[in-house]
Amino acid sequence: MNNLIRWNRPTMPAWPTFGRLTNLRDEIDRLFESPLAELARTSQLFSGWTPPIDVYEDKDNLYVKLELPGMKKEDIELSLHDGSLSISGERKSENKYEGADMHRSERFFGRFQRTVSLPTPVATDKVKAQYKEGILSVTLPKTEEAKPKQIEVNVG
Amino acid sequence: MKATIQKEQRVGPEHQRPETEFVSPEVNIFETKDGYMLEAEMPGVKKEGLEITLDGNELTIVGRREPEPPCGDLLFRERNVADYRRTFELDPAIDTTRVSAKMDQGVLTLTLPKSERVKPRRITVD
Repeated sequence: MNNLIRWNRPTMPAWPTFGRLTNLRDEIDRLFESPLAELARTSQLFSGWTPPIDVYEDKDNLYVKLELPGMKKEDIELSLHDGSLSISGERKSENKYEGADMHRSERFFGRFQRTVSLPTPVATDKVKAQYKEGILSVTLPKTEEAKPKQIEVNVG
Repeated sequence: MKATIQKEQRVGPEHQRPETEFVSPEVNIFETKDGYMLEAEMPGVKKEGLEITLDGNELTIVGRREPEPPCGDLLFRERNVADYRRTFELDPAIDTTRVSAKMDQGVLTLTLPKSERVKPRRITVD
């Protein structure tokens, strides 16, 4: 049972194999056409830290959840611009252990930025954010116009 | 080179579970003359959701995510919902009776002190 298995991050997309490299051009074409999800995953290859995002919707609100373990609240910035929510920040590397040898370094320190294009208009002055258990939860109330409405038709 | 705590392995055969049930948390491991520090990223896990077990010189950390209240329909998903699990083989120099753990904003910090007898010490000459 002591067989050592190389650790692979299970959620990471696999690197293209050699067979697929021949299709690099197709891959690049796809990169520019593909939907947001695909683009977000592919962009992990270029940037250091891409915290994963979930977006939910109910009739009153949009909810954006982002995994940002080990941050300080003050180091997270949120901004709304042109129907997009941008979340950025920096996880600072603290030199906590004086003279320590590093045996494993998998955690990423530095800046990140994620932008979510919001599917409906939101009341920008009522946006709330909470940071708990390393998860940032943003609640964005929809504007009255964007909420689904029941229209009563009076048949006279 | 002596054994360190980083000789990790996947789930042992005696408690084989489907691979998809857990994800491996990302870790940083430091060693000082006093011991090892292990930091593991487990966003969504509260102190109550942690199980840290020591079996011989095998340390297993399991982090169960706090169930999140449902909030409508999912539009876009990148986050993994699986719980966390990772096993490490410990350096025999670690005093397993003094292992301590701390959880802060989804990061578990384990402090694994080396036992007194293996620490380097200065011998004063009278």
